Amino acid sequence: MDFAFSAEQDALRTTARRYLTDRLPLSRVAELADSDAGWDVASWPELTALGWLDEELGPVDHAVVFEEAGYSLYPGPLFASLALARPAGYRGAEPATLAFADPGRPATLAGTAETTCRAERYGEGWRLTGRKTFVPDLLGAAHAVVLAAAEEGPGCWLVDLRAGGATLRPLSTRDRTRRLGELILSGTPATPVVPAAETARVFADVRRAARAALACEAVGVAQRCLDLALDHARNRKQFGRPIGSYQAIAHRLADVYTSVALARSLAYWASWCVAERDAAADSAAAAAGAAASDAAVLAAEAAVQTFGGAGFTWDSPLHRFYRRAQWIAAFDGGPRNQRAGIAAMLLD
Amino acid sequence: MDFRDSPEEAVFRADLRAWLAVNLPADWSDRQPNVGRYDVAFAREWTAMLHAGGWTGLSWPVKYGGRGLPLTYQGIYLEECARADAPDHIGPIGLAMAGPTILTVGTPAQKQRHLPKILTGEEIFCQGFSEPESGSDLASLRTRAERDGEDFVVNGQKIWSSYAEIADWCILLTRSEPTSSRHSGLTYLLLDMTSPGVEVRPLRQMTGDPEFNEIFFTDVRVPAANVLGAVGGGWQVAMTTLLHERGTLGFALTVILEKLLNRLIATARTVQLDGRCPAADPLMRDRIAGLWIDLQGLRYTNYRALSALLRTGAPGPEGSAAKLHWSEANQRLTSLAIEMMGAGGLLDGTDAWWGGFWSYAQLRSRGNTIEAGTSEILRTIIAERVLDLPRSR
Ligand SMILES: Cc1cc2nc3c(=O)[nH]c(=O)nc-3n(C[C@H](O)[C@H](O)[C@H](O)COP(=O)(O)OP(=O)(O)OC[C@H]3O[C@@H](n4cnc5c(N)ncnc54)[C@H](O)[C@@H]3O)c2cc1C
Repeated sequence: MDFAFSAEQDALRTTARRYLTDRLPLSRVAELADSDAGWDVASWPELTALGWLDEELGPVDHAVVFEEAGYSLYPGPLFASLALARPAGYRGAEPATLAFADPGRPATLAGTAETTCRAERYGEGWRLTGRKTFVPDLLGAAHAVVLAAAEEGPGCWLVDLRAGGATLRPLSTRDRTRRLGELILSGTPATPVVPAAETARVFADVRRAARAALACEAVGVAQRCLDLALDHARNRKQFGRPIGSYQAIAHRLADVYTSVALARSLAYWASWCVAERDAAADSAAAAAGAAASDAAVLAAEAAVQTFGGAGFTWDSPLHRFYRRAQWIAAFDGGPRNQRAGIAAMLLD
Repeated sequence: MDFRDSPEEAVFRADLRAWLAVNLPADWSDRQPNVGRYDVAFAREWTAMLHAGGWTGLSWPVKYGGRGLPLTYQGIYLEECARADAPDHIGPIGLAMAGPTILTVGTPAQKQRHLPKILTGEEIFCQGFSEPESGSDLASLRTRAERDGEDFVVNGQKIWSSYAEIADWCILLTRSEPTSSRHSGLTYLLLDMTSPGVEVRPLRQMTGDPEFNEIFFTDVRVPAANVLGAVGGGWQVAMTTLLHERGTLGFALTVILEKLLNRLIATARTVQLDGRCPAADPLMRDRIAGLWIDLQGLRYTNYRALSALLRTGAPGPEGSAAKLHWSEANQRLTSLAIEMMGAGGLLDGTDAWWGGFWSYAQLRSRGNTIEAGTSEILRTIIAERVLDLPRSR
């Protein structure tokens, strides 16, 4: 049993922290969040140069990257590319995403049989027709892996979003650093990437990878909220004393620390289980996902309260972390769905 | 990062599992007078078996009866005991508090005298720290120890002392300099509970069971050779004890939670709530799953702390957080058990499910946020020592 990261992984973390702090400080993230694009497109080749998109990186390496991306609230299609498109069959270093949800259908990764998006043969190739919604980072992606149903059953096809055959509509999203979009396909040319026989297995992989990644990201979000709150609690004085000396503040932050400590352990464990295809991977990813998203929401709410009025402003970075925490809590059914999966494992 | 056993660990685990399968009486938990409660007679018998099997003192030095293995093995031991639902060693205070403290600061004679017998169960320890006027504020304690020739003479009172009713020895924190205050002038003694002038009076807990005690000391003579650490340096020694209590406790606590969760799942499948099994009720399922997540969070946090300890030699700050979270998870778990029994939750004793197991466990869990540092004190420790927030006092 060894819980430690390797020297390479530690180095990856140090470089990631330095790059994100220098290149995308919170002031810059705020600017980007309020911009039309929502992210700095020029950051992508930089991430590529840093090696974050390397095929050789495994889930434990990704754990480091996602935790740091959450800590700095990196706006850009990193999660969509590495934890959704890649496990769904996308090979490549350009930004990509996964379009799995259909309007009016459950927006979870479990509903592959439900899709109403159609895939048809067209000469040598394929065409897709239908609508996909809640697509993460759609507007930042160059490619989308699309869940659609052919005669053989549901499978995945790759659509080149820059080729002009599809309509991309941004959805007005609470988290301005990870926007959702609607993808309208009308006979759009596409390349098959996952055959019907593989779809169930692939989506189980996607779900595990996505949950582990979001768990690590949520740990980063929670840790940053805690760090911001602690810094304020040490320095802000009221009644002649730092507010952090009052137990009502200190004890709440101690509870946040405890939640983050447990969530972090689960997130790393889950990432390792996913990497090793361990028998516990599904439950580990569900446990980590639920605990970390709860911890992130708890931390963000405690941080807002610790800052008082200053925490309630648009200028404070806290609402951006809070929105991300809530984004994570709503994705793929969130903690409720994850606990339901664990209950089935324990009780059925 | 690797959560698998090393080949040596795997062999150890397999041996232990096989040993437990052969040696653990299948009916041990049901033949107790009261299911789920502490049974001294069986605990003695079981401790002797554990010791004969070589399963005690795994991480203690070989020359004091241990096996000199890394702490990881203690973790495996506790996991396998949870899996098999095996009972505990009779002397948790000796194993987790007195023993490690003696190992750290004891004289060679004290080590030789006590350590092997703690492992065999021949010496059961209790802890005499708390006093009626000194609980969370331990440094205000007043039990006196006055030097008289080769002895210290002890007068005063301790309270809430678990296992004092069966203990052979007591780790006793006293004030040896009458004019001293707070953390100075304290002396840590190893006290023979059969000494003249020691009187133990049981106190009934809210469960109805007398599981802790008052201890009165009237002119009790303790040889100076039984001072642990320096005379006047008792506070530092006590902190060593509490570090061990909170540091190595994590695994043991997680095991308690795991055994209870297994029991909870069995209960959820057995009892009826509103005409159906709680295991089929979505609200109950959600909460059971939440507890499983708590359990795994604690387990892997223990591992993470252990990894840090093995690499850096210093226990990580996660210990206090684990105790804090465990105690509240345990309270949620046992209350959920009562709730899922519906009207059955009103019963205790022979008419209750499994002899009133949950009635006892639920009430007993309320002590978890008080013993070994109240939750308020633990939050303050985390805030001040881990999070570096300004002191509240
Ligand atoms: C089941 C059980 C077993 C025990 N076994 C032992 C044993 O074997 N040996 C032993 O020595 N002791 C033992 N104890 C005693 C235990 O350590 C004390 O009860 C504990 O330290 C609290 O002290 P107290 O009871 O005097 O409460 P107090 O210290 O008076 O506390 C009362 C309340 O005030 C809160 N409080 C106190 N100070 C502060 C503060 N500064 N800030 C915020 N809140 C505060 C506490 O958290 C608590 O809620 C046991 C207790 C229990 C319940």
